[in-house]
Amino acid sequence: MKLFRGLKYTIAMLSILVLVPCTSLLAAESITVTSFGGAFSQSQIEAYQKPFMKNTGIKVNAEVYNGGLAEIRAQVQSGNVTWDVADVEKQDLTGGCDEGLFEQIDPAMLAPAPDGTPATEDFLPGAIHECGVATIVWTTIVAYDKTKFPGEKPSKLADFFDVKKFPGMRGISKRPVVVMEFALMADGVPPKDVYKTLSTPEGVDRAFKKLESIKANLIFWEAGAQPPQMLADGEVVMTTAYNGRIFNAQVKENKPFEIIWDHQVYNMDYYAILKGTKNKATALKFLKFATSTQALADQASWISYGPSRKSSVPLIKTYTGTDIQMGQHMPTAPQNFKNALATDDEWWADHQDEILKRYSAWMAK
Amino acid sequence: MQREKGRASVSARLFCFIQIFFRMQKQPTQITTTDGIPLKVSLRRAERKNKIRSFLFVVPTLLLILFAFLIPIFDMLILSVHTPEVIDLLPKTVKALKGWDETTGLPDEAAFAALAEELKILRKERTLGQVTLRLNYEKTGMRSLLNKSARKLRKIKTGPFKDEMIAMAKGWGERETWVVIKRMGKRLTSTHYLSAFDLKYNVDNHIVSQPQVQQIHKQMWLRTLWVSLAVTALCLLLGYPVSFLLSTLPVRISNLLMICVLLPFWTSLLVRITSWIVLLQKQGVLNDIFVWLGFIADEQRVRMVYNMTGTLVAMTHILLPFMILPLYSVMKTISPYYVRAARSLGANPFRAFRQIYLPLTIPGIGAGGLLVFILAIGYYITPALVGGASGQLIGNFIALHMSKTLNWGLAAAMGTILLGGVLAIYWLYNRIVGIENMKLG
Repeated sequence: MKLFRGLKYTIAMLSILVLVPCTSLLAAESITVTSFGGAFSQSQIEAYQKPFMKNTGIKVNAEVYNGGLAEIRAQVQSGNVTWDVADVEKQDLTGGCDEGLFEQIDPAMLAPAPDGTPATEDFLPGAIHECGVATIVWTTIVAYDKTKFPGEKPSKLADFFDVKKFPGMRGISKRPVVVMEFALMADGVPPKDVYKTLSTPEGVDRAFKKLESIKANLIFWEAGAQPPQMLADGEVVMTTAYNGRIFNAQVKENKPFEIIWDHQVYNMDYYAILKGTKNKATALKFLKFATSTQALADQASWISYGPSRKSSVPLIKTYTGTDIQMGQHMPTAPQNFKNALATDDEWWADHQDEILKRYSAWMAK
Repeated sequence: MQREKGRASVSARLFCFIQIFFRMQKQPTQITTTDGIPLKVSLRRAERKNKIRSFLFVVPTLLLILFAFLIPIFDMLILSVHTPEVIDLLPKTVKALKGWDETTGLPDEAAFAALAEELKILRKERTLGQVTLRLNYEKTGMRSLLNKSARKLRKIKTGPFKDEMIAMAKGWGERETWVVIKRMGKRLTSTHYLSAFDLKYNVDNHIVSQPQVQQIHKQMWLRTLWVSLAVTALCLLLGYPVSFLLSTLPVRISNLLMICVLLPFWTSLLVRITSWIVLLQKQGVLNDIFVWLGFIADEQRVRMVYNMTGTLVAMTHILLPFMILPLYSVMKTISPYYVRAARSLGANPFRAFRQIYLPLTIPGIGAGGLLVFILAIGYYITPALVGGASGQLIGNFIALHMSKTLNWGLAAAMGTILLGGVLAIYWLYNRIVGIENMKLG
């Protein structure tokens, strides 16, 4: 084992020796930022990366990945860090932080709000983490095709589970995160008690019982791009989805989709700096720029994810190239945010293994 | 030999003769080259040079196999049993737990104190995550128990720790917590293999089944097995007649047919899978045709994708060329006279086929079947895209643990089992049919 490790390192070192001179010749100063691709990456490029390049002259390379810690862990552990900044979901941020995959971030270096409020007070609760800073609030909601319901339209989460009143197939995620929460809330558990209930075996049984009641009407999706596609294809009439994807289908592709904001389950996405990056100082500079009030407000013009700073909200304008006011499409808009539930990543980190097994078994049955 | 000349004494000469006589017996023709080196040796030298030269040509391939195949596989085998996290990061705790009899309640203060000390260090060094991750696979809640305690322990400077820690979190008062730490305090463990078959250790270290509702892998192994067998059978059923046609039609037509077989083979896998989705989905081409023809009503559209049907159809289509090509290469060499002879001797077409033609194609069936089966058993992207919930295979679970849950140990254990299965099938095939009877093309 040791011998092979040694060999691996030798090879890694050799390849660095060969590659480093080539790359350092090419770039004056540049960093690499990785994110989830699609409209989301586009919004970050437009709102953060292009202005940052214009202001500082530092080149920002955009990479795309599929989330998860696998690639980040591989880079940090091999010592060959090619991504400097990564957009990560909360649970990967906490997990990666525990494993020592990310650099620590001092909140004092973040830009204050335009009126001078320090960053620590301006960001939403939970947005500043010791290993990362949140940029957006995204949320999982239920969306439906309004042409499929000529009469009464579904309006609340419980309607997703009511196949009698609103017949048709439903799309649902292959992972239990959010699905369990939806099932319990639709069954009458108030948002504040969801994780308390899920921590008991009876609570988990209750969620599965609720899901079982519509099992025959379920189709499972794997990636975030699938739900709007399935709605558009008519495979399903209603589906759980990420609000940004549905907004895109509504506005860019003129699809007759509607969002049920009732009992949305929200989460934040964070920028984190990979441990061992050679460009830490530049990466921090980029992080500070990207999480400034104006940059976060600008991003809302490109995608319907809410900014993680309070001071950004009044600065939100219309969707690029249209006259659609973005305010009402924000998950954090007051009328949408009423009974929202924040994903408890701590809880999921503890229970993921157990619940995932049971969920997969139930799904395959 | 030259040395032996010039010896003077008679006895020595006699001895020499005897020696030569015996050597002559063994090597009847001892020819030497002009410079006195035996021809055999000289020939061997010349050949050795050639051998080294030809070996140098295969060195790149061997290196590639070594680094891209053998080392990763070896690494995977190690990863599936290697659990160094607890013993490396909590060495004192493991040592303190050595003398503890697990059946007699909680360990003593020494173990609590050792763990408390090490948790503080790990938190400072930010390596706690590796331990908590590992332990949480064994017992849900270990992660937050260790994290919370490590956070709270910062304030507690001196012992006794036992009561403090039990008061802090009731998990420390549970015997199972400590049994798990002790069990994982070994460098090599088999827990991933147990988990791959829905088994686990209970609090008394007996191997038991996981709770019924959490059992998933056993079912997946069986499903993977039968899907692979079904796909192999379908490929054989569809591929056999096609190969027969290919090998008997005139070259001009069979070439055209061959292109039809190979064309999908050259198309990107994703394109082929997506085309099947377009064809089979509820609002898809096939369903539209059915409705248009009046076979089914509009609201009764058949579900043919995002389930097992989708997986079977797409996999059969993708793997079909792997069956057709070996079959074709075998059938091409079978002389038509055999069947004609059988027919003229009075066999009916079925008997001629069963007794003459079919046995002659066995090498092709074996090769195609083995190839399709082995490819099918590890399939992952097709079931992921068209399988929905009921059409997932074990490959999807390996991918899930590789990229989503990051339980690489479990993924490695499952991969190893799969590898073992494939080797077993290969062995079985060799015993029954004989590997020398396989013809790959």
